[in-house]
Amino acid sequence: MIHELSWKAVIFFSIFVGFTLGLSFWLGRKAKSSEGFFAAHGQIPWFVNGIAFAGDYLSAASFLGICGMIAFYGYDGFLYSIGYLAGWIVALFVIAEPMKRLGRFTFADALDSKFNSPGIKLAAGISTLAVSIFYLIPQMVGAGVLVQPLLALDHWVGVVLVGTVVILIVVTAGMVSTTWVQFLKGTLLVFFSAILTWMILQKGFKVEKGGNDGYQFRSMANVDFADIKNSDGIVGSLPNVDVVSSGNKTDGFITSDVTGTADGWEKSKEAFLRLQDRTTRAITVWHLKRRNAKADTSCDLTEAQTVTKLANGDILVNGLPRGTRPGQAVLHPIGFLKSLPDGKTETGPVSPIEFFSILQQSEIVLWRNEKILHADKAETTVYYQKITPGSQVLRPGENPIFKGIRGEKFSDKINFLSLMLALFCGTASLPHILIRYYTVKDESSARRSTIVGIVSIGLFYVLTLYMGLGAMTSGALDLSNDNMAAPLLAKSMNTWLFAAISAIAFTTVLGTVSGLILASAGAVAHDLLGSAFGIQMNDDEKVRVAKLSSVVVGAIAIALGILFKDMNVSFLVGWAFSVAASANLPSLVMILFWPRVTRQGIITAIVVGMVSSLGWILLSAEAFEKIYGLDVLKTPAIVPFSQPGIVTIPLGFLTLVVVSLMTKRRKES
Amino acid sequence: MQSRNSKIGLVLFTIYLIVYGGFVFLNAFAPERMEATPIAGLNLAILYGFGLIIGAIVLSGLYGFLCREKSGSNNKEPRA
Repeated sequence: MIHELSWKAVIFFSIFVGFTLGLSFWLGRKAKSSEGFFAAHGQIPWFVNGIAFAGDYLSAASFLGICGMIAFYGYDGFLYSIGYLAGWIVALFVIAEPMKRLGRFTFADALDSKFNSPGIKLAAGISTLAVSIFYLIPQMVGAGVLVQPLLALDHWVGVVLVGTVVILIVVTAGMVSTTWVQFLKGTLLVFFSAILTWMILQKGFKVEKGGNDGYQFRSMANVDFADIKNSDGIVGSLPNVDVVSSGNKTDGFITSDVTGTADGWEKSKEAFLRLQDRTTRAITVWHLKRRNAKADTSCDLTEAQTVTKLANGDILVNGLPRGTRPGQAVLHPIGFLKSLPDGKTETGPVSPIEFFSILQQSEIVLWRNEKILHADKAETTVYYQKITPGSQVLRPGENPIFKGIRGEKFSDKINFLSLMLALFCGTASLPHILIRYYTVKDESSARRSTIVGIVSIGLFYVLTLYMGLGAMTSGALDLSNDNMAAPLLAKSMNTWLFAAISAIAFTTVLGTVSGLILASAGAVAHDLLGSAFGIQMNDDEKVRVAKLSSVVVGAIAIALGILFKDMNVSFLVGWAFSVAASANLPSLVMILFWPRVTRQGIITAIVVGMVSSLGWILLSAEAFEKIYGLDVLKTPAIVPFSQPGIVTIPLGFLTLVVVSLMTKRRKES
Repeated sequence: MQSRNSKIGLVLFTIYLIVYGGFVFLNAFAPERMEATPIAGLNLAILYGFGLIIGAIVLSGLYGFLCREKSGSNNKEPRA
C-alpha cells in the first residue's frame, strides 16, 4: 500500500510537539536543581503521576504492536495485554511504597539504601543502561516506521525528529517536562482509544468480499482438476486464460505437466495456481485448496495478492509495477467477514458483549503469506486468504509465537510460561517505570498513583482487543505493514480521527523515549559517575552532567534507530522485560523482605541475572533466526527454548540467597 | 502502618498470582478449554482475560481503600 501525506496528521503532530516543547521550556525555568531534574522535586500530584505511568508504560509496542497482532491473528496479542497489566500488580502490592521510602533518584538508591556501596550502584547502573537501550531501539525504529506513511518522510528523518524532540524535552526540564508529556500522552491515548472503540461498536459488522478500496476478491468453488490440466483456456468461471504453473511438489499435484515454468513455485508449502490472461498477459495467483486431501478431484480457488522484489530492486504488485497510476498497482486493503451468524449480512450497532458473541459465530477472512524464491534471486511474497471461524480467531494459539501451546512439544509450553512470567515480573523491574516513584511526595501518593496507573492502563488494554478485532474487520488493513492496523482502522472511520490517532501514536514514542532517556541519564550521572566512580559534583554540575548524558544517550538512540532500520525489532521489548526481571527483581524483592541480604549478594544477583538472561537470549532460536539469520532447522539453537525468564529469574534469587548467606557469616565472624 | 500495608499487599498479591497462574497454565496445558463458551456466547479466553484485567483494577482499588482506612484510624506507629 502507498500512503499519502496526511496534512491533518502533520497539523495535529505539530500542535502537540509545539505545545510540548513550549511547556518544557516554560517548566525548565523552574527545574534547576538535581532534585528537580531527576524527581520533579517530588511534587507531582499523584493523579497526574498515575496517568503519567500510563504515558510512560504504554509504548508503541503496546499500542501499534498489540493492535496489529490482534488484527492479523486474533486473540494472541491480548495475551501480551494481560501479562503487561498483571506486572503492575507486583509493582503496586510489593514494590511501590518501599521504593518511595528507600530511594531518592534511581532504583539503585533503594537497593543501596542499607549499604552505601559503589559496587551496587555500578551493577544497577549498568543493568539500567542495558534494559533501557533494549527498550529504546524498538521505540526509535518505530518512530521511523510511523513517519514514512504519515508524514511521507524518510525513515531516518523520523528517527532524528523524535530523538531531537525528546532530547529537548529531557534537557529543558528533566522529569518535570517528561512527566507532563507523559500525562498528556496517556490521557490522549486512552481517550481516543475509547472513542475509536465506541465507533467500532456503532459500526457493527458487515459481510464483504474485499477491503474498503471497493475491490472484490474473486473465488471459485469446486473447480475440477481436469479443468486445470487441459489447455482449453477456461478454468472454473474464468475464460481466456492459460495455466502458468499449479500446485507444488510436496502436494503431489501437477507441476511439470502444465505449460510454462514453475520457477520456484514448485517448492511452495501452500499450493498456488497461476493463470495468465491470453489478451492482457497479466498473471493472477490463486490459492488452491483441495476438496479431498487424498484424491485429485476438485479444489476451491481464492484470489491471492503478490509482491515481487526483482533482483534489480524494482517492486511489482500483483504483477504490475507498484504505483497508483494507470498500469500500476498497489496491494488491496483487506480485513473483512465472509459470513455472519444466521445468514445475516449486516448487524448494525452492537453491544460490547455482542461484539464478541457475534464474531465467535462468524467466518473471518484472514491472510497468511509465503515467500517464493526465484532462480534469478527475485523474491515473491504471496498473500493468500485463510477463511477462519470466529471461534478460532478468539482463542489463543494462532500466532506463530504462541502456536506452541497447541502443539505436543513440552519445551514450547515452557517457553510460553517463561514469557508470561517475564511479563509478570518485568514491569516492576523496569528502571524507567521505577524512577516515577520519586516524583511524588510520599508513600501514600506512590500507592495512589500506581492505582490510577493500573486503572488507566487496564482500561486501555481492554480496548486493545476491541481495536485489534475492529481493525481485523475494518477493510482497511495493509498486508505489508501490521504496525499500521490501529491508525488505518481510524482512517476507515474518519480522516480527522486518523490524523489524531497517528499523531498520538507518534507522541506515544515521545513519551516512552523521554522516560527511557531520563532513566539512562540518571544511571550515568547519579549511579555511575556520582556514586560508583566517586566523582565529586555539586548540584549544578550534576544536572549539567545529567543533561549531557541525556544528549549522548539520545544520540546513541538515534544512531541505533537508523542502524536497525530494516529489522523487525519489536521482540527487543520482550528481551528488555526478561533482562529487567532477571537482573533487578530478585534484589528489589529480597531487600524488602529478607533482612540477611548482603551487599555482595545484591551485586552478584544483578550481574548473574543480567548475564544469564542476556546469554540465554543470544543463544536462543529467536536470536538465531532474527539476529544472525540462521535456519534453526540446520543449526539448532543451544538453549531448549527462547524465553529465559523461567530459568534466570529463579537463578537470580538463588544467587542472591546463596551469596548473602556465604558473605554474612564472614562479616559476623 | 508500613507492615500492615505490606501484609495486605502480600495477601492480595498472592490471590492475583494464583488466578494469573491458573490462566497461564490453562493456556499452556489445556488450551482447548479456552474455547468453551460458558456465558453469553463469550469464550473462556475472553472471560478469563477480561477478568484478569478487571480483577487487577478491583484489587488495586480494594488495596487503596484498606490502606487508607488504616492510616486514618491508627496512628500508634510512627509515620515514615
